[in-house]
Order: sequence, then structure tokens, then C-alpha cells
Amino acid sequence: MKRPVKRPVKRPPAGPLEYLRRWPLRLWLLAVFAFLYIPLFTLVAFSFNDSKRNIVWRGFTLDWYGKALTDESLLTAFGNSLTIALLSTIVSVVLGALAAIALWRFRFPGRTLFEGAMALPIVVPEICMGVAMLVFFARVLPWPQNLVWPFNLGAIVISHISFSFPFVAVVVRARLASFNREEEEAARDLGASDWQALRDVLIPHLKPSLIAGALLAFTLSLDDFVITFFTSGPDTITFPVKVYSMVRFSVTPEVNAASTLLLLLTVVLTVVALRFQKPAEIAH
Amino acid sequence: MSHIITVENVSKRFGQVAAVDDVSLAIEEGEFFALLGPSGCGKTTLLRMLAGFETPTEGRITLDGKDMAGVPPNRRPVNMVFQSYAVFPHMTVADNIGYGLKVDGLGRAERDARISEALDLVRLTGLGERKPDQLSGGQRQRVALARALAKRPRVLLLDEPLSALDAKLREQMRFELASLQHQVGITFVMVTHDQDEALAMATRCAVMERGRLVQLATPSDLYEFPNSRFVADFIGSVNMIEGRLTTDKPDEAIITTSELGDVFIDHAVLGHTGGTLWLALRPEKIELRVRDAGSPAPKMEDSPQGYNSIAGTIDHIAYLGSESVFEIVLEHLPDKKLRVIRPNLTRWDQEDFAEGQPVWMSWHACAPAVLAG
Repeated sequence: MKRPVKRPVKRPPAGPLEYLRRWPLRLWLLAVFAFLYIPLFTLVAFSFNDSKRNIVWRGFTLDWYGKALTDESLLTAFGNSLTIALLSTIVSVVLGALAAIALWRFRFPGRTLFEGAMALPIVVPEICMGVAMLVFFARVLPWPQNLVWPFNLGAIVISHISFSFPFVAVVVRARLASFNREEEEAARDLGASDWQALRDVLIPHLKPSLIAGALLAFTLSLDDFVITFFTSGPDTITFPVKVYSMVRFSVTPEVNAASTLLLLLTVVLTVVALRFQKPAEIAH
Repeated sequence: MSHIITVENVSKRFGQVAAVDDVSLAIEEGEFFALLGPSGCGKTTLLRMLAGFETPTEGRITLDGKDMAGVPPNRRPVNMVFQSYAVFPHMTVADNIGYGLKVDGLGRAERDARISEALDLVRLTGLGERKPDQLSGGQRQRVALARALAKRPRVLLLDEPLSALDAKLREQMRFELASLQHQVGITFVMVTHDQDEALAMATRCAVMERGRLVQLATPSDLYEFPNSRFVADFIGSVNMIEGRLTTDKPDEAIITTSELGDVFIDHAVLGHTGGTLWLALRPEKIELRVRDAGSPAPKMEDSPQGYNSIAGTIDHIAYLGSESVFEIVLEHLPDKKLRVIRPNLTRWDQEDFAEGQPVWMSWHACAPAVLAG
């Protein structure tokens, strides 16, 4: 009786698009991840370091988190940041969505110019925006000092709106491209007013982009440093500005702990934003 | 019967281009009316003016005797089935159908009753809780139909209702739409570029060309009595032959052509003798006979000997099962072809009429439509 010949199991050769099965690309991918994540990993790791200095690993502790979470001024700054982010997000979403709808729906003279001008804050260097805001609030709209919280945050909220609403507009505009206008006409035909058609048909279609845009605006505002630095006063310290001032004295693991918490929040929001954007992309 | 819609001298211009050019027509209550024409002829613009999505540049549209000028789409007693169906993707089938009733402020109970009635009507019973993406294209169209019909409109507008369906389903939906219209008794106005669709379903068709209404007639009149070369050519297929009127008497006329020789017509043409005319001869109205060497031309009983028969040779056959389409080269003009359709009456017809077979083609004196322009 013949024994069946055993052939070595061979993997099929890599297909034309299976880049990741070729070793140079795998190496490249590894390098990308290393550059992206080693610094962050270091930040997170040293937030657990049982040492006043950030240089040598001494042992594991959660003390710095405790310290960060009981630091009055850090918490105030964090509260400020969340409030600013929330307010500027709400306004940015409304403003951005309306701008996107107007640009999509209507033809008017200067439309292209308007569209270009609106996208400008996305490309203008942040430092320029920061200086511009500083001058604006010094000369054009001097924001009154010593207002009650949260009104003292007004200047920062306004400047955050001005750089985050174009992002919302861009995201919403992209989503609008996939809208079938016959759906809106169908709603009108079935008896809906313009406003009802907008509310019942267009807004539901835009929902994923509104949520994604909101989360984008929120995270942008939450960790903005440059523009905020130019518009904040002594009573209106935000979290990133506070972290910066802490670092100026010494880089203690408390800063690491605080940054890690912010990082965590940003990551969670980004993941949520992506989750909302995905189905939209698949559907079209 | 009364006119439910009248269109009086309506024009619609977009800049310099007249999409609809001075169109007048009246649609009767209970009709299945088709607006037919090639793409860009203005039929969709006219439909959108009926729905209220476009306003006429000139002219007047009335619905139930009321002038529709300035009445927005949501205040018109008409509903539309859109070409893309425009089913709301985020709503269930039932919510889609109930949407128009909801914005009208109907109560929950009344709404539910009408939704289930509409679902039964389009045979989607039990699918109310589905989302549109769980439906096939045909089912989505039924949802769009049900949604429009649930509003109990005076007129249902349909924009290319069958164009997105596959061939088999299209044929089935033709019958279904026609019977649905019978069932609900609502006036249907349909836009289509597909002449088969219009002929099969409509009670009357308006043929449009470049913004103008060229003929308004029943399907059979459009086919058998076209009023222009455009209509004859657009509806079905036709052999268009140019000729000159050489005899014109009360009950006979002779048109001289280079392709068909002298064509005998059994009625007066009442044209100016000598003028250029066109004969529109439908392919199925030409009879084929096998032509043996030396056999005389067959005599048609209603034409004098020597008329309305011509010799040719089969050049090409498109076998369609139920019938065959022949392209036949004329004996005396080898660069001219006639198209002939012949039903396959027996199962060995193809053997008698094979490629290369010499044939006689003959037609009755009443077969060609005589056209002046």
C-alpha cells in the first residue's frame, strides 16, 4: 500500500494588494507605530513612576493620579476646558452645519469665495490665529474683565468657535454630497413644509456627520494650547495652559498623570467619532 | 368626464433654453396619462411643474379648476413617485408611508389604518417594520407608491417609474401599475422615455420633442396614425421612405418612391401633387413570400397588379423566438434595406426564410402612414 505523499503546505504567494505580507512594508509599519506611540507610551508609563523626577523608574504608584485629582487649580483648569469645549462645540455645530447647508443648497454671488474663506481657519497657522485673536480682543472687541464664571470664558469660547466650526462644516459638507435631493422633494410633496423637510429628512441624513463634527470640535477645543494661550487671562486658565505652566517649574509625574487623563478622554472621543462616521462611509 | 388638469400655453425657460415650449393639454379624471419623449424633451420639467417643484415661466396650470400658480408642492392635491423612489432610509416602511399623513396631522389610529390599507394595496402586507435597506428595488418602489397613494391624492405623478427595474420585473409591474390604477381610480400621470411602457399602460400619451407637444393620442392611434416622422420613428420601428405624390383622387393615391416604386394608397392624401411626402411602413405590416426564380410578383387584393410588392433578398435575421426581424436588401437598390417583422407561425419557419433567401415583400394599400413632415 502506498503512503500518500505529504506535501509541505505552501502559503499562496502574496497578491498584488497584500502589501503587508512583504517584509519591507511590515518593517515600515513597525517604524510608524514606534514613532507614533513610544512617546505616548513613555508619558503614560512614567505617570505611574514612584519618583519625584521623571528620569528613573523607581516603582509603581497611583499617587500622582491622586495628587492631580486633588489639585484645586488643575481641576479648575479642567473644568474651564470642559465648559469651553462644550459651549464652543454647540455653537460650532450649529454654525458649521448651517454654513455647509447654505453652501450646498444655494447659489449666490461670491459662493466660491465664501467657501474658500470658510476653510481658511483650517489652514492658517495656529500661531497666527492666536495673535489675531489677541489683537482682536485687545482692539476690536475688548472682552470685559472680572466677569462671573462662565462669562469670563467668553473670549476663549469665541476664538475656539472660530477655528472649530470650519471643521464641522467640512465634515457636514462631505455628508451632504451623498444626500438624494429627491428625498427632500418627496417630503415636500407629501405635505411637509421646508422646515419639516429639513428636520425630518435632511437632519437625520446628516446625523452621523453632526456627531462626528461635534466630537471633532470638542477634542479640538479641549486640547488647544496655542490660540487659548493668547486669549486666556489669569482667571481663565485652561487645562493645556495649566499643564504648560506646571511643566515650566518641573516635569513631575503629576503632569504625566494629568496628561494621561486628557489623552484617555481624547482617545475615547475619537473612537466614538470614528464609530459614527464609519456607517456613513460604508453606506455610500 | 371632466378635466382634472389643464395645462394652458405653458412654457418653462432656463436662461435661453426653453425646456417646455408653449404646451397645452388637458388630462381627464381617471386617466392613465403618459408624457413620452426622448431624454431632454421637457417631459420631466412638465411633470415637476404639475407637482409644484418648478414654476412655469409663462402659461397656466389648473388642477380641479383651481389655478396652481404660487401653490407650493406641499399644498397641492398631487403626490409623486420619484425616479429614485426617494424612500426615507432612516424610517421604517410604515413610517415612510405614514409620513405624509403625520405632517397632515392625522391621528395615530387613522394613520395606522391607512398605512395597512396602503401596504395591502401594493402587496407589502407585513413588511411595515422593515427598513428600506432590507427591501429589494421592486419593493422600495412599492413603498414609494404606497406612500404617495396613502395621501389619497387627486393625481398620482410617476417619474420614470419602471426605469430602475430589471426587464422581467418591469413587464410585471406594467400590468400591476395599470391594474392598481383601475383599483384606486386615481388619475395617473406618468413620465417615460420608454415607448413600450407608455403604449402598454397609458390610456393616452402626449409625445414631446424639444419642449413641444407633437402629438396627443391613444397608444394605438400614436402607433397607427402618427402625425409626423418624429412620432412614427420614436414609437416602434418603421421603414421611412421618401416619395412624391403623383396621383391624388378621392379614393386612391399613388406615391412614387425610388425604394418601393409606385406605392398605391387606398385613400385620398389631399396634398399638393408633386410635393415631397414620407411613407411610414411598419415592419410587421410587410408580408414575406418565398421568391422562386421567375415567379411573378404577388398581387395584393386591394391594390392593382404591379403595385405594393417588391423583390429582395434576406440579408440578416434577428431571431427573437416569438417573431423574427429581417433585414432585406432590395433587388433593384442593393444599398437599401427594408425591415420586416414576421411572427414565427410554425416551428420550421426559419428554414423557409433563411439568410440569402430571395423573397417578395408586399403590403396592403392601407398599410403605410402618409406623412407630410
